[in-house]
Amino acid sequence: MIDRAVRSLTVGMRRGLVPGLTVTTLLLITVAVNALLAPNFFSSYSVISNFSSFVPLVAASIAQTIVVLGGGIDLSLGALITLSSVMSVVLMEGDPGRLPLAVAVAIGVGAAGGLLNGLIVAFLRLQPIVATFAMSFVFAGITLKVLPQPGGQVPAVMTTTYRDSVIGIPVAALVIAGLYGLWWVVKRSTLGRHLYAVGGDERAAYASGVRVNQVRVMSYVLGGTFGGVAALAILANTGSGDPYVGAAVGTALIGGQTTLASIAAVVIGGTALRGGVGGAGGSIGGAVILALVSNIVFFAGISGGYRQLINGAIVIAALALTAVPAFRRSPA
Amino acid sequence: MTDEAAAPSAPSSPVRTAGRWLADHPAAVAGIIAVAMFAAGELLRPGFAGYGQILNVLRVAAFLGIVAAGQTLVILSGGEGVDLSVGKVATLSAIIAARTIDGGNDLMLPGLALALGACALIGLINGLGIAFLRIPPLVMTLGMIAVVQGVILIYTGGQPAGRAAPLMTDLVSGRTVFRIPGILWIWAVVAVGMVVLLRRTAFGWRVHALGTNRLASGLSGINVRRNVVAVYTLSSVLAGLGGFLLLGYTKTVFLNLADGYMLPSVAAVVIGGTTLAGGVGGYPGTVVGAIVLTVLESLLRTMQLDEAARQIVNGIVLILLLSAYGRQARLRQ
Repeated sequence: MIDRAVRSLTVGMRRGLVPGLTVTTLLLITVAVNALLAPNFFSSYSVISNFSSFVPLVAASIAQTIVVLGGGIDLSLGALITLSSVMSVVLMEGDPGRLPLAVAVAIGVGAAGGLLNGLIVAFLRLQPIVATFAMSFVFAGITLKVLPQPGGQVPAVMTTTYRDSVIGIPVAALVIAGLYGLWWVVKRSTLGRHLYAVGGDERAAYASGVRVNQVRVMSYVLGGTFGGVAALAILANTGSGDPYVGAAVGTALIGGQTTLASIAAVVIGGTALRGGVGGAGGSIGGAVILALVSNIVFFAGISGGYRQLINGAIVIAALALTAVPAFRRSPA
Repeated sequence: MTDEAAAPSAPSSPVRTAGRWLADHPAAVAGIIAVAMFAAGELLRPGFAGYGQILNVLRVAAFLGIVAAGQTLVILSGGEGVDLSVGKVATLSAIIAARTIDGGNDLMLPGLALALGACALIGLINGLGIAFLRIPPLVMTLGMIAVVQGVILIYTGGQPAGRAAPLMTDLVSGRTVFRIPGILWIWAVVAVGMVVLLRRTAFGWRVHALGTNRLASGLSGINVRRNVVAVYTLSSVLAGLGGFLLLGYTKTVFLNLADGYMLPSVAAVVIGGTTLAGGVGGYPGTVVGAIVLTVLESLLRTMQLDEAARQIVNGIVLILLLSAYGRQARLRQ
């Protein structure tokens, strides 16, 4: 009886069902604790500013999910997002008339950076973890060339629209829903199915006639494109450009923190880092959980050092919790 | 490790034989690249490849090399193994040592013991999380960075205190025969120790076995979990040793003293020919990898590029270096 339950649990785990359960539980817990610590958590102001702060990491985690599903990883994602955001803000100069151009540039830079990553991984056949690490330097360097100091102005219409709400639903929440819709389209497409096939077993995929290299390149291009959206969300949320936004704590590693958080969100969301299993739905949940956890630590009035410590410990605990059903499987 | 018998009997021109030998010995390729970069630097600015300058580059490379020693073990042991917390752990070690020692020679050994003990504890937690909770190493060690950063902030209150003992500075920077700084002898001892550990002890062979095939090594009676925990603990201890020695070099500490070693330590291992899949490679390659990265950095500084341009060139050169031999097999053989 218990044996069967465990087995169905592990089967469900592989199909991505149980992580869904874990993510939902964690989500409910973090929301509940947030509501307890901040009495006005459900006020419209608080809801809007919370959702506004979720979008960048949500977009980044979808980007990372797509790359990870295809069997890769993108350590340059944070740097690429920062690069798109500074390119875009430098072009905008606070002029609403240039907004369409700036949006196109942010998305275009993301996609182009992704293309470069994809070509290097697929055709130079470098291991994704080192190739994208090396590319993160390239993106970081260009970022500093474009905008060495925080600056630039986003047109007011962008920030006000972003913090607006439509019939009671925050625009930022609609953006998240839209991003999920886009992911759903990707997942249902031929490319999406091939993505899972390549991430699951590239040799089998190749033998079945999937253009493995093309799929791999496309996974990075799509990832970069979602990264461009993350860049726009950062701009809309903060109102100006900053080369050090999302940089790793204590280091000048551009976009480092964003990259790390996106990977943590993917793992909490139940997508296997070896590829082929999972989906962006869980990662979105993971991103929101991470944001809510840092809220909790902030609300609890915990001072700097302990905040860091607890934040890290909670992330590890969440990861451990995600892994519990796999406990009885073969050792590491 | 060369397998002459299995090599196809192609017409063996000397060039092709040399090419094949190089493909089997990535560390040799990296070594040639390092020499070429010294030569390029000498052309750009005479004196770049002078004896004193080479010693200087080696001295800077030593700290990276020692931090990357543990990284070599972790990556060799496979299972998507990587330890991203090495930089932060090295920083923690230096901070604990500086505060304990605070310039007193007699406190050097207690300071070292305390620092390495704390690092061992962190490595142990990493290993337990990875081996027993099955958290992917990449994420476990990433999460650990935030935890260690928190520990550092609490321990120091944001203001690191203390300084190295004069004896440490003598050991690290003091000139010995042929003006060789002490740190190079320490690095040599670490290197010999690593090679012996990996090639001449049962533990070393178990690490290789784990990297080659975890399931098979488990079925052959290797206690996989215990050895994985040991590997991550050792990695943190070696990172801590690197941080301690770095303190001897800088004399005082900063909150982010050794953080920058995180990704270069991985790059040094990979440039040295250890594959990220595990099981293949060794420490001599990492030594060469650390030297290559340091010469590159020094070369870029010599060219007086600004920080931004240096980062760009650094990234591109890394890609070029890796594509010279760090490539994976083609799908269609």
